[in-house]
Amino acid sequence: MKLNRNTILTIIALLVAVLLLFLGESFLNPYYKRILNLCAVYAIFSVTFNLIFGYTGQFSLGHAGFAAIGAYTAALLTLSPAQKAVNFFLKPIIPLLQNVEAPFIIALIAGGLITTAISLLIAWPALRLRGDYLAIATLGFSEIIRVLLVNMQSLTNGALGLKGIPGYTNLFWSWGALAVCIFVVKRLVDSSYGRAMSAVRDDEVAAEALGVNLFKHKMMAFGVSSFFVGVAGGLMANLISTIDPKVFLFTLTYQIVGVTVMGGMGSLTGSVISACLYTIFLEALRPLESQFSIGSITIPGIPGMRMVIFSVLLLMVILFYRKGLMGRSEFSWDGLFRLFKRITSKKDEKASEGKGS
Amino acid sequence: MSFDSFLQNLANGISLGSLYALIAIGYTMVYGILRLINFAHGDLVMLGSYFAFYGVSMFFLPWWAAFIFAVALTAGVGVVMEKVAYRPLRDFPRINLFTAAVAVSFLLENLAIVIFGGRPNAFSRPAFMDKMLNIGSVTFVSYTPIIIAVSLVLFVGLILIINHTKAGTAMRALSKDIETTGLMGVNTNKIIMFAFMLGSSLAAVGGILWAIKFPQINPLMGVMPGLKAFVAAVLGGIGNVGGAMIGGLLLGVVEIMLVAFFPSLSGYRDAFSYAILILLLLFRPTGIMGEVQPEKV
Repeated sequence: MKLNRNTILTIIALLVAVLLLFLGESFLNPYYKRILNLCAVYAIFSVTFNLIFGYTGQFSLGHAGFAAIGAYTAALLTLSPAQKAVNFFLKPIIPLLQNVEAPFIIALIAGGLITTAISLLIAWPALRLRGDYLAIATLGFSEIIRVLLVNMQSLTNGALGLKGIPGYTNLFWSWGALAVCIFVVKRLVDSSYGRAMSAVRDDEVAAEALGVNLFKHKMMAFGVSSFFVGVAGGLMANLISTIDPKVFLFTLTYQIVGVTVMGGMGSLTGSVISACLYTIFLEALRPLESQFSIGSITIPGIPGMRMVIFSVLLLMVILFYRKGLMGRSEFSWDGLFRLFKRITSKKDEKASEGKGS
Repeated sequence: MSFDSFLQNLANGISLGSLYALIAIGYTMVYGILRLINFAHGDLVMLGSYFAFYGVSMFFLPWWAAFIFAVALTAGVGVVMEKVAYRPLRDFPRINLFTAAVAVSFLLENLAIVIFGGRPNAFSRPAFMDKMLNIGSVTFVSYTPIIIAVSLVLFVGLILIINHTKAGTAMRALSKDIETTGLMGVNTNKIIMFAFMLGSSLAAVGGILWAIKFPQINPLMGVMPGLKAFVAAVLGGIGNVGGAMIGGLLLGVVEIMLVAFFPSLSGYRDAFSYAILILLLLFRPTGIMGEVQPEKV
């Protein structure tokens, strides 16, 4: 392999990233770590939604349900038998799962695989539908999954949810999973399969006429995307350590759609940036909802205010910044250097103008 | 199940179904014209019931005045929503329009939490809606026939408007082709505004009747009825007003009947409607009354 400038820069950036993660993991306080972990989880959600909708054009609103499957799988596999006994006091857990305790990596992968299997089972009939009909069918499946979670007490503990999930998720797991996810998705969309997916997005009829197997490529996008949604669900379960079916209401899917559109449809860079901004921003506004005081004046918290501000901002971005933060463009070293050049040449121009006058 | 309790359940199902239908009409009208799934529509249901609640409890209006006030105000919110959030995006990719709807929905819900407070309020029914009626050996609460009657009147009125007025004709034309309709001299912005006004008013009526049937209102109360009504609209064939009515009634009756016949399944009640929808879509991808659109190449 020839080492050119960009490869070297990538390697350096990766090393710096690992170093930063290491520093973050050892020195940051748990609250900041939690936020950074959540950033990565949302980024995975957003990147995978981008694969399905931004690249393949399939309007699937099943993310919340799929994340739930991954989260419950990983949670049930990582909970210790003792903790399971504490959780399932209303109705005992099915004996098969009672004494299972798997390492985190296996729990995550199992979550991903089970999510993929179920999502493909759903997609097999649903992908015959198009556009908004696909959206409502997948939304319906997602809600059905949630209702099943509430009702299958001996498997999921019903509406009570699962508590005391060990918090295995740390910065290495979450950002590592995000890195793998981006790598796989990027390789996929840049491959011939990815070209075919874009063709399906732009015009199904034309793509089919050119010999693209619509069903195969849609299923592929769906499968890859749900695998990582499942993994992200598992990471989320091991991060927030308490899950119940309400966490996975379809509003979670809406948030993911909002984040992805804000970042730019068809830009993975945009998805990651937007997910981080969204998570950090919502946390930064948290004080608005709790009581605080300036001097002797106490200002009561206003519940709901965070989401009011967020939705107004989302609306602004959509109305005035219609392509999202990044449009369809991705981060690249060449792009970064071009940007530098442009900024420095502007400075030079200004400098020379200044001298002239 | 005895015949009496069957009738009782049927009446209950029809009244729930007419509520779904009232809300579904707004979805279907907007979708028919703009091809937009207006997810904020469910929140107009919530606004309608809150406005009525405050009309009675804060401004001490008589119930009928409060209801009219609530419907008018909700219609106003619907029109503003269209003008501010949807009109500028009409010519952009549909995902933008959809996301705008999501943002508006979040905004309305959370504004309601900020302004009205997150705690549920008890909605008090006018006294005459709270009476027990005995017809033969069947017992109803009087709001059940009232809900059905009000909805029926509104359905007939709406069908008359759509089929026999100029604005209605223009609306039907818009749903075929916005641009051409505009070129033929129809003021498209005005007609779309009118459609939003009609849809939002019906949502408000639906919300008030919903609060009469389930007298506890909270800022997120519109989410579930909204989603169900949307399912009803798709079931009936989205874009088709008659279909929305049929879809709504069907959904209401099936939901109530399934629980009545199989009480052990009541926990799965919310899943039924989606399962029915998915099954129907697989066999009839455009819903019961929807037109099959030929693929354009």
